[in-house]
Amino acid sequence: MKLSHESIEINAGLMIVLTLIAISIGGLVEIVPLYYIKDTIEKVDGVRPYTPLEQRGRDIYIREGCYTCHSQMIRPFRDEHMRYGHYSLAAESKYDHPFQWGSKRTGPDLGRVGRKYSNAWHTQHLNNPRDVVPESIMPNYPWLLRNELDYADVADRMRALKVVGVPYSETEEEYLANVDQFGATMAEQFDINRAELSLLAQAQSEDWDGDRSRLTEMDALVAYLQVLGTMVDFTQYDEGYFAEFR
Amino acid sequence: MAHSAAAATTQYNYDIIKKFALMALLWGLLGMSAGTYIAAELAFPFLNFDIAEITFGRLRPVHTTLVIFGFGGSALFATSYYVVQRTCQARLASDWMANLTFWGWQLSVLIGIIGYVNGITEGKEYAEFPWYVDLLITVTWVLYLLVFVMTLMRRSQPHIYVANWFYLAFILATAILHVFRNLSVPVGLFNTTSYSLYSGVQDAMVQWWYGHNAVGFFLTAAFLGMMYYFVPKQAGRPIYSYRLSIIHFWALSFMYMWVGGHHLHWTALPDWASSLAAAFSIMLLLPSWGGMINGIMTLSGAWEKLRTDPIMLFLITALSFYGMSTFEGPMMSLKSVNALSHYTDWTVGHVHSGALGWVAMISFGSFYHLIPRLWETRLYSVKLVYVHFWLATIGIVLYIASMWVSGIGQGLMLRAFDDYGNLAYTFIESVVFMHWPLVVRMIGGMFFVSGVVVMAVNVTMTIRNAKLEQAALEAKIAAKLAKAGA
Repeated sequence: MKLSHESIEINAGLMIVLTLIAISIGGLVEIVPLYYIKDTIEKVDGVRPYTPLEQRGRDIYIREGCYTCHSQMIRPFRDEHMRYGHYSLAAESKYDHPFQWGSKRTGPDLGRVGRKYSNAWHTQHLNNPRDVVPESIMPNYPWLLRNELDYADVADRMRALKVVGVPYSETEEEYLANVDQFGATMAEQFDINRAELSLLAQAQSEDWDGDRSRLTEMDALVAYLQVLGTMVDFTQYDEGYFAEFR
Repeated sequence: MAHSAAAATTQYNYDIIKKFALMALLWGLLGMSAGTYIAAELAFPFLNFDIAEITFGRLRPVHTTLVIFGFGGSALFATSYYVVQRTCQARLASDWMANLTFWGWQLSVLIGIIGYVNGITEGKEYAEFPWYVDLLITVTWVLYLLVFVMTLMRRSQPHIYVANWFYLAFILATAILHVFRNLSVPVGLFNTTSYSLYSGVQDAMVQWWYGHNAVGFFLTAAFLGMMYYFVPKQAGRPIYSYRLSIIHFWALSFMYMWVGGHHLHWTALPDWASSLAAAFSIMLLLPSWGGMINGIMTLSGAWEKLRTDPIMLFLITALSFYGMSTFEGPMMSLKSVNALSHYTDWTVGHVHSGALGWVAMISFGSFYHLIPRLWETRLYSVKLVYVHFWLATIGIVLYIASMWVSGIGQGLMLRAFDDYGNLAYTFIESVVFMHWPLVVRMIGGMFFVSGVVVMAVNVTMTIRNAKLEQAALEAKIAAKLAKAGA
């Protein structure tokens, strides 16, 4: 049989198989190695999973579609370094399911917004951005202060995240492993059995939204924003150390 | 003539095509209006009105979902069911399965957008559907593949026509992309939230492998299938080069899957991955332009149709925008260009030169060809097609130009330094600068939407006329029969 394109054109089965081969290669080559090449995620201390309160804040960040206007991925350029800080590491989002690097900056990058502004500033800004930045085009989010935070399913959420790879603990063994890796204080926060208590404790630990008597969605979102980009202590590493991983 | 047309409606399943075509128009109108509204929100933020359901962040996925999946998806179902039947000279393999794809698809879009305004989203661009809608889409898509392939098997020709290759590649690729992007673990059986199987850098790569191929296969390959049928049909000439279509098909199918990483230049994605993606992005210019040339040159020897036939005007302009955005795309995938353009409105403008200029224009042209044939009548008004064409074209030009100004302007401002090496502008200064471009973009959107309104009127009147003609014909036959009986 002469090999010609005609043999594909008259055979739907062959066309399907060859098309599947053609479209599968690119994705396989680019995605699979990211799980096997060791340098993909930098070796760095400090990166930890989110606490129950921060995770609920992250859920709200996703619910409101913040990623449609804000990135969380600082690039290694001089202007971005001056404006936002050290460029973002892959390690810093390794517990992010899903990632929220974003693709558009209608507003500034939030990759290192943590602890740059006070809790009061964030609360005021989210409630009405123009109170603190008169030219802002961000919408107001007044309902964040009105809505009580729903945390009834926070343990279930942590359980689902555990399935996809976040090291929250359920057994004593897992808890002890977390104590080793993240220290006792954090390990307690990552214990699913104590999720609600930890969440309430962290909500009381700081004045997040200006009113400790109520637990609002604002509390959770501010707690999440305040941890962004703060986990790695960059003074610990030589300049150029992270470049080796790129 | 009337006889053969009447035979066509019984020979083929036109009913399903009509339903998908009308839903495409409805979703298109809603989705583009939503787009114009969120454009207005960026120019005039008071339009968010402190109502959670209509804030930019929640409406933006409504816009993208309605135009990509509602409008684009329904247009592809409609035209693929038409093209596969006509070119195989066979009726759709299964009417009930085709009907299930209709309801499954429309329901997915509807549940999706109702969820978004209420804050139910997976937070992954163009894959915001919650897990239960993902499952519904998966079932719908398997049925679609079955209907399409089973119809191909019934063909009365030995050869599978080139338009069907593209539709087939689109169906297969979308299935793979959809499944692997949406692997996630639900919080509970009655909980709307699920968490992505992947995290961080891997999640990012999977996202843009998915996201860019939603562009590559959903919004390009499939619409090329549309092009390969409707351009030769409307021109009344065979496709320019059969050989070119073979090369262009396989090159496009193979290369597109590599390019998603160019959305992640300079991020924490390793350099090897984004460089590889950039290399393939540049190579992709060749098959893309191969397709454009194949389409446009089909008209060679019949160029006068551009003056006399507004439908041809839509189709050829669509191909021109396709050529333009597939040049702009590889250029933006160069790391040095991307350093400026990424995160800015330039990307938004680029997407819309493809989405409005290519996807929407080729669909409009195809629909103007298709709708009179489905309802066995003539278009209500050819003049209104011209009106639509110019409204759409002016809208696109305003849109793209304003986004170039906004995007390049913001990119330059954010990287500017003063004489002492300090940042020359704060971020908010770039936001202030973007105001007027954003206003012009909104006006461009209004032009484009008003064009679609004109089309909706034209189509409605066409269908109404078809029904009147049909009723008149039936009355005439009844009268004749009565006379013969007497």
